Amino acid sequence: MTDNYQVRDVIDKETLSTVRSVGGTYKYGFSTDIETEYAPLGLNEDIVKLISKKNDEPEWMLDWRLKAFNRWKKLKQPDWALLKIPEIDFQDQYYYARPANMKEKPKSLDEVDPKLLETYSKLGIPLTEQKKLAGVIEEITEEKSENRRVAVDAVFDSVSVGTTFKEELKSAGVIFCSISEAIKEYPDLVKKYLGSVVPISDNFFACLNAAVFSDGSFVYIPEGVKCPMELSTYFRINAENTGQFERTLIIADKNSYVSYLEGCTAPQRDESQLHAAVVELVILDDAEIKYSTVQNWFPGDENGVGGIYNFVTKRADCRGRNSKVMWTQVETGSAITWKYPSCVLKGDNSSGEFYSIAITNNMQQADTGTKMIHLGKNTNSRIVSKGISAGKAQNTYRGLVQIGGRSQNSRNFTQCDSLLIGNKCGAHTVPYIEVNNSSARAEHEATTSKVDEDQLFYCMQRGIGEEDAVALIVNGFCKEVLQALPMEFAMEAQKLVAISLEGSVG
Amino acid sequence: MLKIDNLKVSLEEEDKQIIKGLSLSINPGEVHAIMGPNGSGKSTLSSVLAGKDGYTVNHGNVKFDGSDLLDAEVEERAALGIFLAFQYPIEIPGVGNMNFLRTALNSQRKTRGQEELNAADFLKLVRSIAKDLEISDEMMKRPVNVGASGGEKKRNEILQMCLLEPRFVILDETDSGLDVDAMKLVSKGVNNFLSSSRSFLVITHYQRLLNYIIPDYVHIMVDGRIVKTGDKKLALHVEETGYKDFLQLGKEKH
Repeated sequence: MTDNYQVRDVIDKETLSTVRSVGGTYKYGFSTDIETEYAPLGLNEDIVKLISKKNDEPEWMLDWRLKAFNRWKKLKQPDWALLKIPEIDFQDQYYYARPANMKEKPKSLDEVDPKLLETYSKLGIPLTEQKKLAGVIEEITEEKSENRRVAVDAVFDSVSVGTTFKEELKSAGVIFCSISEAIKEYPDLVKKYLGSVVPISDNFFACLNAAVFSDGSFVYIPEGVKCPMELSTYFRINAENTGQFERTLIIADKNSYVSYLEGCTAPQRDESQLHAAVVELVILDDAEIKYSTVQNWFPGDENGVGGIYNFVTKRADCRGRNSKVMWTQVETGSAITWKYPSCVLKGDNSSGEFYSIAITNNMQQADTGTKMIHLGKNTNSRIVSKGISAGKAQNTYRGLVQIGGRSQNSRNFTQCDSLLIGNKCGAHTVPYIEVNNSSARAEHEATTSKVDEDQLFYCMQRGIGEEDAVALIVNGFCKEVLQALPMEFAMEAQKLVAISLEGSVG
Repeated sequence: MLKIDNLKVSLEEEDKQIIKGLSLSINPGEVHAIMGPNGSGKSTLSSVLAGKDGYTVNHGNVKFDGSDLLDAEVEERAALGIFLAFQYPIEIPGVGNMNFLRTALNSQRKTRGQEELNAADFLKLVRSIAKDLEISDEMMKRPVNVGASGGEKKRNEILQMCLLEPRFVILDETDSGLDVDAMKLVSKGVNNFLSSSRSFLVITHYQRLLNYIIPDYVHIMVDGRIVKTGDKKLALHVEETGYKDFLQLGKEKH
């Protein structure tokens, strides 16, 4: 790859050197050389059975998968998004890949292959219980942080390789493990909630996921418990030509609280890879979940070769009274993003918030937004979306606000801002607002602007190089959303914003 | 320090010449004022010196410390020590003043091969400057120029100047929109900053700023040229009689 950015002395040296170290502008593009065991190519009933068998699943789980698979065969890939998706040959990829030495799941982190541990440490995710996730807090506050800790579940291709702080969490009553483990260890919880937020045949990609999901994270916070630390899952695709289908299920029982983060990266490859995840959140009375994503899958090169197709279904079900959910997403990677983290506000007085930054550069495409379904009384939702488009990228906000007939006195506020860099990219805003209750109020504000020449000149006259100036202005534009992120991710996200826009000016 | 030689500049988009042969030499420690009616090309001159896009230099050159200024990028000129106090300071939503100042200062230091200033020293420095200019902590926490009054914005420009310690400062109509108190604060900031190694180019419509910032030279600019040069008495003359005497001079030179 050729460097498509100009090297200026004044650019943050650290950012540049990390970018340079992997060639090109994607700093997580390395792959891990590890012996991998694949399921046979393609998708049929036997593959579904094989995945179930590999995970040593009970009968009911296999039945669930097969039901999904049979439904999926009848579904069509959706085409309503403003995306140009090359035809995907679902028979020409692998649905299961795991490091060969993960056949026997390591009982503790000490037994995990050092190569895998090294991969995560290279990604800035230490899988040890002594260190905290990245040293970013000190950078942002310039003070020594108190010992904030983050528990990590690391998913490598189709399997979870390890989960930290499990014992400590267990003593607080919190269950945090891979979903494959939960199916075996906590079948009652899984049976009760799996598919209860995103039904098997919800949509084409969710249905595919239900049939072939291989792993993911499971969280249960019992009644009255505030989770003692942040939980996170780090998804890494390593194997070639392999789809990643993870499934996450988080249940916040009455009056509990958890903050959960997820991060994702993948090697730089010429072939596109499919990532079709499903995330289900269940929030009961007076409980709260904060779910933050920093999505940095490989975006493809500047000509649009390679990159991840990120087709994800995320939904939160605010079942309980006064339940609360907050989605925060920073979407900088992927060749194509199709993703609408949604909130179903069933409980009276429940509230949903969605904060999003979606950055597309070069040939990237994103069609992303949210759905706020107000069913209970006095429900509140808030949407803040910041779309940034550069290069030849297309960026669409698509959002639904639906206030039902029985949802008295409900409120929505939506703010969608789009920022364009250069004149070959596009930004689109597609809001759907359906209000069936006269006591409801929905507000929608939208702006589209370009990175202002005068702002750039002003920054540069003060000595700030052009790319740094763009990063500064864009970070300012996104500030409201960045502030919604947990501290651990905010700094990382700010750097990502700068990196993903490299080469977009000049 | 700065030497402008027969500079001719037109707008990039239309073939209209704005500066029509301007020469000016500024030595270290000198304060030069440029006065002139609207549309005489004063602000174009400041934009061209700072390196703003949208202008074509058709003729002449500008030397700064002997090397060609017009070849340098905007941020390189800043690092060389050129500072433009904007007539209309720009708002940058979401970007905190402190973050902006620190990024600017450290960018310049890096370009010059100096070490970055650490957070504690930076904070100390900014606070002492802000105090002199009567800029509140609350204002320092706000995004750059957002929600600031005209006077606050101009004081903010002076704060940036004091922090970045340039050697050549262009004040572009810094007096516009200032009440007397703000003008005194701004002038105090500038006067404290004067030294034998620094030079100023003060662009203004009115004489009143020059009561506070005393120029060594006053140039009258009409229709893209300097038509008359004198000392501060020239500014007083303009105050009394306006520019009408000089408009004629501009025409005669055609």
